[in-house]
Amino acid sequence: MITVEFLGPIGKPPMEVEAGTLGELAEALKNVEGVSEWLGTSAVAINDAMTADRNAPLKDGDKVSILPPVCGG
Amino acid sequence: MELYNGSLDVKTIFGRWLDEHQQSNYGAYIPFVGIIREEGGIEALSFDIYEPILRTWFEGWQARAAERGAIVKFAHAVGDVPVHTSSYISAVFSPQRRVALELIDAFVEDFKANAPIWKYDVIDGKRIYAEDRSTPMEGAGVLAGSQKGEELGVRN
Repeated sequence: MITVEFLGPIGKPPMEVEAGTLGELAEALKNVEGVSEWLGTSAVAINDAMTADRNAPLKDGDKVSILPPVCGG
Repeated sequence: MELYNGSLDVKTIFGRWLDEHQQSNYGAYIPFVGIIREEGGIEALSFDIYEPILRTWFEGWQARAAERGAIVKFAHAVGDVPVHTSSYISAVFSPQRRVALELIDAFVEDFKANAPIWKYDVIDGKRIYAEDRSTPMEGAGVLAGSQKGEELGVRN
């Protein structure tokens, strides 16, 4: 199981998901209400390291963070 | 990197940074102050921050500045920040002014685009995500199959 956390305005509690890659996670999230609409504009971090690789492997216990569009300052 | 609940005490923080580097022999100290403007009926802006990735992002900037003999600093607010007060300050110290001028420009722009911070308008006590002013981070869309980096021709 991996834990998916939704940051900032997504406002959903963390989810536990079975997925071996980010691509598999994308499949698991694409029909989740309140989440799917954020996927096109959100960046992703695995264990707090940013990644843009859909083939990035996931292992049991990993934390994936979903980061929607930002505006610091 | 300093995070505070609510508005920043700008003068105190800038003064302390200046004192800390009084003997460091930097020839230029360039501060930037971000102030909440009163517009669109807001009474405040509000901020969420994801600290672990913000820290990593900032470490990258510290390394880039160090390559040019400079240092970067910033402070940011968490939570509500009323209009006419400051939510964000940053500064660069460098041996010569040119490096500091270039770095403060690049640093402030990248801060807006890639620091994991989310902004909300506060109107009548309600927090409304500032979606129209927000930017997808580098690599955004990886879970949807279209990536910002590819669209812009950026190599990650």
